[in-house]
Amino acid sequence: MADIALNPATTVPARGTPLIRAIGLHKSFGATKALRGIDLDVNQGEVLAVMGPSGSGKSTLIHCLAGVLAPEEGQVVIGDTDVTALNADERARLRLERIGFVFQFGQLLPDLTALDNVALPLLMNGVGRRAATVRARKWLDRLDISDQATKVPGDMSGGQAQRVAIARALVTQPSVIFADEPTGSLDSVAGEKVLTAMLEAVRESNTTVVLITHDARTAAYADREVIVRDGMLSAASRGVAA
Amino acid sequence: MDKSLALLGLVDTGSSYGYDLKHRYDEVFGRGKPIAFGQVYAALARMIRDGLLTTLGEEAGAGPDRKRYAITEAGRDRIREWFSTPDRPAPELADNLFVKVVLACMLDSDADELLDMQRSEHLARMRELTRIKQHSPLLERLAVDHALFQIEADLRWIDMTSARLTDMREEVRRNG
Ligand SMILES: Nc1ncnc2c1ncn2[C@@H]1O[C@H](COP(=O)(O)OP(=O)(O)OP(=O)(O)O)[C@@H](O)[C@H]1O
Ligand SMILES: [Mg+2]
Repeated sequence: MADIALNPATTVPARGTPLIRAIGLHKSFGATKALRGIDLDVNQGEVLAVMGPSGSGKSTLIHCLAGVLAPEEGQVVIGDTDVTALNADERARLRLERIGFVFQFGQLLPDLTALDNVALPLLMNGVGRRAATVRARKWLDRLDISDQATKVPGDMSGGQAQRVAIARALVTQPSVIFADEPTGSLDSVAGEKVLTAMLEAVRESNTTVVLITHDARTAAYADREVIVRDGMLSAASRGVAA
Repeated sequence: MDKSLALLGLVDTGSSYGYDLKHRYDEVFGRGKPIAFGQVYAALARMIRDGLLTTLGEEAGAGPDRKRYAITEAGRDRIREWFSTPDRPAPELADNLFVKVVLACMLDSDADELLDMQRSEHLARMRELTRIKQHSPLLERLAVDHALFQIEADLRWIDMTSARLTDMREEVRRNG
């Protein structure tokens, strides 16, 4: 088993140094070349927006960064862990302990209450039921949805459900959050509220965020953006002068 | 928008008489607002003076309409500089950016790159406004939101144009 520390604070570098480093990523699905040589650094505490046309490879990129997919070529390092050198089990463990995910929708378990949904990742990490519940409540409170604690996702509004999903992603205090169109299903006012709630929480804890969005207003909350086009980063994103 | 740059770019697609340039300008960029002959000749004279243009096979004492204009190396540099300078997001932007993109297609220059740089410039401005907005009272937030929506509209146009560049290049070439 690779050495993956549970407490991110002890292993992550200081703000301003790369927490995530991707070098020369290539990923294909059959004949489709989804990633064609991506180099990317994301600093500790940075909020990075990933933009680009549909089908350009944005989701594939974050799946490779997060160890969900293994690239055929290239390397991904998070903190001091070479993600691409891990086997599937080790990658799953890395995700559980150090990475949070937020997707557009359909990610909460429909039969569990908001509180149980948020407590679940802690239970999976071996935290006791009582402690897990206390921490889950704290995160529901921070995202201003304590009143939803006993509801199941089907009885919440889209914006409320998204906040629960964000609380669930943050509850383990991961070093990185990967978000794929987290506000894509909400109108602009609700989307903005969910986004600012999430960013407030991550900025406080200096969590690194990689956020896919097609929406410029959402990207404007990030520190920086990169554009993915045809599986590569645009020259402007690579900091190359024209 | 600086019309002399549009004229300079048109000369770069092939040397031309002033009369033809005027009609070419009207056809590509005029959009119902033709440019005056006087304005064309004044701009051409200024660019000759500045070394951006030169005249070819000029007959002695020929009037301005008998001159054939060609771009100089300095003129090409000026175009390159123009293409690689993103515009500040502002209401008059659409004009200048439109002309740059069309000419970049006509000149086989990297229009993708130009649009990408413009996108970065817009997003940087949106980030700046978003930062201001986060610490502002509600009324000011509304005003900033208005500015943000306007920049976003530009960005949508940039995305749409970027997606249509291949078609645009073909169309520009067919009509060229
Ligand atoms: N599991 C898969 N099997 C086969 N092809 C895939 C798979 N996942 C992605 N692709 C292909 O890889 C390319 C990139 O897909 P990806 O999902 O990364 O795009 P995206 O930028 O996230 O698009 P969108 O904005 O529409 O979500 C596409 O051509 C897609 O069809
Ligand atoms: Mg996607």
